[in-house]
Amino acid sequence: MTATQILWQNVVPLFGALPVTLEVLGLLLVVGLTLGVVLAFVQAYGRRPLRILCIGYEQLFRGIPPLVVILFFWNGVTPALGVPVPGIIVAALALGMRSAAYQSQIFRGAIQAVPAGQMMAARSLGMSRIQAIRSIILPQAFRLAIPPWANEYSSVVKDTAFVCVIGGLIDLTRQALMKLAPLSMRRPVGTQLILPYLVILGLFYLALTYSGNGLLALLERRLRVPGFEMKGKVER
Amino acid sequence: MPNGKETHLGDVILRVEDLHKRYGKDEILKGVSLELRRGETKVVIGPSGTGKSTLLRCINQLSVPDKGRVWLEDVEITHARTNINHIRAQIGFVFQDFNLFNHLTALRNVSLGLLKVKKMTSGAAEARAREELARVGLAAKVNSFPAELSGGQKQRVSIARALAMDPKLILFDEPTSALDPELIGEVLEVMIQLARGGMTMIVVSHEMGFARAVADRIIFMEGGGILEEGTPTELFTCPRCERTGQFLRKITELYGETDGQ
Ligand SMILES: Nc1ncnc2c1ncn2[C@@H]1O[C@H](COP(=O)(O)OP(=O)(O)OP(=O)(O)O)[C@@H](O)[C@H]1O
Ligand SMILES: [Mg+2]
Repeated sequence: MTATQILWQNVVPLFGALPVTLEVLGLLLVVGLTLGVVLAFVQAYGRRPLRILCIGYEQLFRGIPPLVVILFFWNGVTPALGVPVPGIIVAALALGMRSAAYQSQIFRGAIQAVPAGQMMAARSLGMSRIQAIRSIILPQAFRLAIPPWANEYSSVVKDTAFVCVIGGLIDLTRQALMKLAPLSMRRPVGTQLILPYLVILGLFYLALTYSGNGLLALLERRLRVPGFEMKGKVER
Repeated sequence: MPNGKETHLGDVILRVEDLHKRYGKDEILKGVSLELRRGETKVVIGPSGTGKSTLLRCINQLSVPDKGRVWLEDVEITHARTNINHIRAQIGFVFQDFNLFNHLTALRNVSLGLLKVKKMTSGAAEARAREELARVGLAAKVNSFPAELSGGQKQRVSIARALAMDPKLILFDEPTSALDPELIGEVLEVMIQLARGGMTMIVVSHEMGFARAVADRIIFMEGGGILEEGTPTELFTCPRCERTGQFLRKITELYGETDGQ
């Protein structure tokens, strides 16, 4: 077998593991977005005790490495529960809750960046607070949140690699790890292939961040409204 | 002409009784009372920081007064059980810095309240919005976003937004103060048409030309209270208290007499 053939043989299983990574990514984004938006709203509009609770949550989840959070849930919480929880759920919850802490900051900042006069004008028309938030504050805040959210997206794509510590969950990184040992035993050609193999693994993640950011940039362009482009743009 | 003669005025539509408001340690409103009659244009003047904006905001409860009551016709706005959204829908508010909804076109800015508050169908709301925008001379700008409009155009959209709701009265908080001198006229012109058309309004403004032209009464506020109230002629010719005359001469000097004609 040629070196290329051996390499390809090891790359094919990565395609098989890709759906697992995508699934973790998708679920963690749903958890992070939902929880993050709720936390942001509580912080922007909620009562003081609730706000303090949210700040505590944020401090906690932003201060612990994602890998430790996963280990905590998978090796600590799940066994204590006594009922089997699928690894994918644990992964999505652990990473999603961590991401929610970051996303809540993004959305709170965006909500607070909408000028106070917008809410006042909406209320002066007789709109309820909820109506004003839904039709005036949210659409503006979401536009402002896209660029920093793209940042967070790129960051969580890479966080998914930590789920390789969850037994039975074969994501991209776990799959690559499983192939490294056999490769290194096929001397001499195998050891030479480790470097290109890891480059290919990196390319998988790069493709995910690149395409995701492309979609978000497209969304930003589609939602563009005069006045929401970069503030104070100088044309020449 | 309404100027000074009050025969065209109807019954009392808005009554403000002994309003008090403090921010922290400072008492901003120290017992303000006034009455507004149907069809009346009341102009409020007074030095900066005197509580004029606070008074307007306390009327429709954007700021909640500490003490005192406000009635719209026979409904007490300040009563805790009054549905404030229902009241606000009947009181237009025009802000100094426009506060147009930045992400919506002029048309959507005007139709949104009709859709969300008055629950009109989108067709009817849009037709009404077009009508109001045409009335303020902006038929050609229906699809422009706020960032694409001049200050004067923005303020006219915000007046159209208030008008579309068919308000019983409109509160104007220094509607021309944020505008370049050459744009003030186009906004005042719209407001003069409204006043002459019988709209009930309270206008905080230092545009004395406007006040002379359409104000039924002028209120002079200072230090959180009403120092004097009277017809423009009364206040301009023989102010009973010297302080009012002083202030009137100063702002006439400062602002000139733009009247939108
Ligand atoms: N939300 C607020 N919090 C604290 N202080 C406030 C608030 N709003 C107004 N004030 C204070 O109340 C005082 C009166 O303010 P207000 O805006 O009513 O004055 P004004 O007569 O409208 O003045 P101007 O002519 O400058 O608009 C000011 O000293 C201001 O600093
Ligand atoms: Mg003011």
